[in-house]
Amino acid sequence: MLDIIIDTTIRAGTPILYATIGAIIMEKSGIINLGIEGLMLIGALSGFYFTFITNSLLIGFLAAILLSAAAGSIHGILTTYLKANQIVSGLALTMFGTGITAMLGKSMVGENIRGLERINTVKDIPFLSPVLNQDIMVYISILLLLLIHFFLYRTTIGLNLRTVGENPYAADNAGINVHLYRLFAVVIGSGIVGLGGAYLSLVYTPLWIENMSAGRGWIAVALVIFSNWDVRKALIGSYLFGGIAANQLRLQAMGTNIPVQILQSLPYLFTILVLIISSLKNDSTKQNQPESLGNPYDREDRV
Amino acid sequence: MEKILELKEISKKFGNFQANKNISFDLYKGEILTILGENGAGKSTLMNIITGFYRSDDGEIYVNGKKVTLTSPKDAIKHGIGMVHQHFMLVKNLTVFENLLVALKDKRFIINKNRYANIFLNIFKKFNLNIDLDLPLWKLSIGEQQWIEIIKLLINDCQILILDEPTTLLTPQETEFLFKFLFELKKEGKSIIFISHKIKEVMEVSDRIVILKKGEVVSILNKEDFNENRISHLMVGTVLKNKYDKDVKPSDDLLLEISNLYAKNDKGLADLQDFNLVVRKSEILGIAGISGNGQKALAEVLTGLKDPYKGKISLNGIDITYGTARQKYIHGIAHIPEDRKAMGIAPDLTVEENLILKNFKDKELGGILLNRKNINRYANDLVEKFNIQYGVKNAPVRLLSGGNIQKVIIARELSENPTILVALYPTRGLDIGSQEFIHQTIIEHQKKGMSTIYISEDLDELFKISDRIAVIFRGKNMGYFEPDNVDKKTIGKMMGGIIKDD
Ligand SMILES: Nc1ncnc2c1ncn2[C@@H]1O[C@H](COP(=O)(O)OP(=O)(O)OP(=O)(O)O)[C@@H](O)[C@H]1O
Ligand SMILES: [Mg+2]
Repeated sequence: MLDIIIDTTIRAGTPILYATIGAIIMEKSGIINLGIEGLMLIGALSGFYFTFITNSLLIGFLAAILLSAAAGSIHGILTTYLKANQIVSGLALTMFGTGITAMLGKSMVGENIRGLERINTVKDIPFLSPVLNQDIMVYISILLLLLIHFFLYRTTIGLNLRTVGENPYAADNAGINVHLYRLFAVVIGSGIVGLGGAYLSLVYTPLWIENMSAGRGWIAVALVIFSNWDVRKALIGSYLFGGIAANQLRLQAMGTNIPVQILQSLPYLFTILVLIISSLKNDSTKQNQPESLGNPYDREDRV
Repeated sequence: MEKILELKEISKKFGNFQANKNISFDLYKGEILTILGENGAGKSTLMNIITGFYRSDDGEIYVNGKKVTLTSPKDAIKHGIGMVHQHFMLVKNLTVFENLLVALKDKRFIINKNRYANIFLNIFKKFNLNIDLDLPLWKLSIGEQQWIEIIKLLINDCQILILDEPTTLLTPQETEFLFKFLFELKKEGKSIIFISHKIKEVMEVSDRIVILKKGEVVSILNKEDFNENRISHLMVGTVLKNKYDKDVKPSDDLLLEISNLYAKNDKGLADLQDFNLVVRKSEILGIAGISGNGQKALAEVLTGLKDPYKGKISLNGIDITYGTARQKYIHGIAHIPEDRKAMGIAPDLTVEENLILKNFKDKELGGILLNRKNINRYANDLVEKFNIQYGVKNAPVRLLSGGNIQKVIIARELSENPTILVALYPTRGLDIGSQEFIHQTIIEHQKKGMSTIYISEDLDELFKISDRIAVIFRGKNMGYFEPDNVDKKTIGKMMGGIIKDD
């Protein structure tokens, strides 16, 4: 029973984790992206479509990365070089993603593919087997998380990126190309968000269903804040949220006396609670929200 | 002499406002060139053009005899130009280490902390600085932040170093350290553009001086041609006095009495320890001391930003240390804070809005709905009286030049005829004309009965304006002096903790 819960948690948390990591990278550079939901859908559909026509999951995942990165680059260019409002542009991206995937995905509804399989190595060790018997994309997400954390805090390019998000004037003054860094962060982040979408359509439920991200993109946007822009905490947040959301469904199916509304609000309540507690324990003076988040950069507009 | 930088006919407009107009001059190899000019004359604007932050509308720049186009700070760096900005280019949420590392030019992909920390600490040692590299930057005092901004420039090898008011926030000793270093750089053949409003310093370091007025070059002086009087004459049209002849005397009645006061300080700076002070009605009491000896705690206790943990403050004989009496007292106090951008203004509001921050509840100006017409009239009066140089109309106040931001704060704080003014380094960053004006304004208010606690480390200014001077050292009041009966040397020594004169 516990093994099943752990397994469900990991599988349900992984797409949200990808989306949250992607969003954190963008926000670290100072760009808010409310288009995560749209990007996930684009990733999900393009992953499914290309797997369907080529029969290759690898091509499917790559297509998901590329196409959502391409869609994200529109937001990136608009909000950097063209100084558009980030909120408006992000919302437009979500509407665009929802609309275009609904339209282009019609022919894919009801089609089948062979989804990504687990690596099944360890048999019947309690606690351990649900952790070790996942699919490769689960492990890649963890690896990616560690890599990004290392990149942000141990490399000069990562430091430059954080500087761009905190104080673009200081970054510019140091010879860092603010717009280019931001654009790259948005493109790469969007690609990672797209992977989250593809996980849904290629692994979690290997199907294309219209609007199949079902709000996970919005959860990711919120988790960025709750995890205090820390990718390690994003892991906790995503698993908590994904896990409780999926497991409460199981509970509903088994039939309990607890009202459905309460069950449905559990993932939100728990996630908020745990993340608040975890941020209390930390040095409360450590402010992680990038200071210039949401502000377009204009060199001649004095700080 | 070799020319390293040539400016030809540089012009820059912000909207309709001409900030720089046809500016031409050269910078030679191995010289220190000072730019002098009133607040808002366009000094920082010009420097920002040289570092690629602003695009000039017109004109040409030559580096080493070759024409260059500077479209970004990156271009300027490429040509060996670096700058200490008046508005710091620092990242509050990053550590000191990270702030310095971002500015360092050549570095490896993976951050090797020890290796770079050593480089930085070595430079710290040169300036006698004791700053923890792991602190987030916002935890530093603004004096320390100024140093980080300076050191960011010095860790790279630049041909042309621009320092825009680097000494405004430094103590006199620190300033000497910096100058010593600048002279070394000069000997190595580096060229330096220096900006300051402190005439004495300018005399000490400059090889040549360029004087700007309203965006134009009005004269270029060689070393043999300048002396203090000539400069102040060129700047403000008169020769500066050493002492104001005031026709007002402080009354004998006590107004404020601080006894045996203790207060903590945030950042390891001196606390107030058994501090005593008496302020009389309509008196200007100067507080002399090297910054970091408890001045900030004193100002914060007096203005209600911090509570003392022991001791007593009384106003007109009534205890106001705690409780509602303190609240009421705080309400009527005027304050010119040290960190004006962080505490003194609302940076995104306009000049008008900043000017009425204290009295927007006034019936004439607002109440529930703001009365824009009256506000404009009221603000225009102040702008004219304090000679605040706007630039673009209705622009947010952060776009003003440093000195003009300071004037906005002073104008607002004095507008309500307060009984007590606590002024923490109020003339920092002001041009000499504006300094005079601020002094005169405070004396005007003294005539109306206002008492001023005037905290400064500039003895010239304290001797000019104060009725009495108290010296603060390590959180204690070392005693009172009348400017007429003591010389600056004695006070200077006491500021360093030496009591007996030998
Ligand atoms: N980015 C900007 N946008 C609009 N106006 C600006 C901008 N930067 C400067 N100004 C205006 O240009 C004028 C000159 O400003 P500048 O900062 O160059 O003066 P300054 O000589 O350095 O003065 P200070 O001695 O007070 O530092 C000011 O009136 C200022 O309001
Ligand atoms: Mg300036």
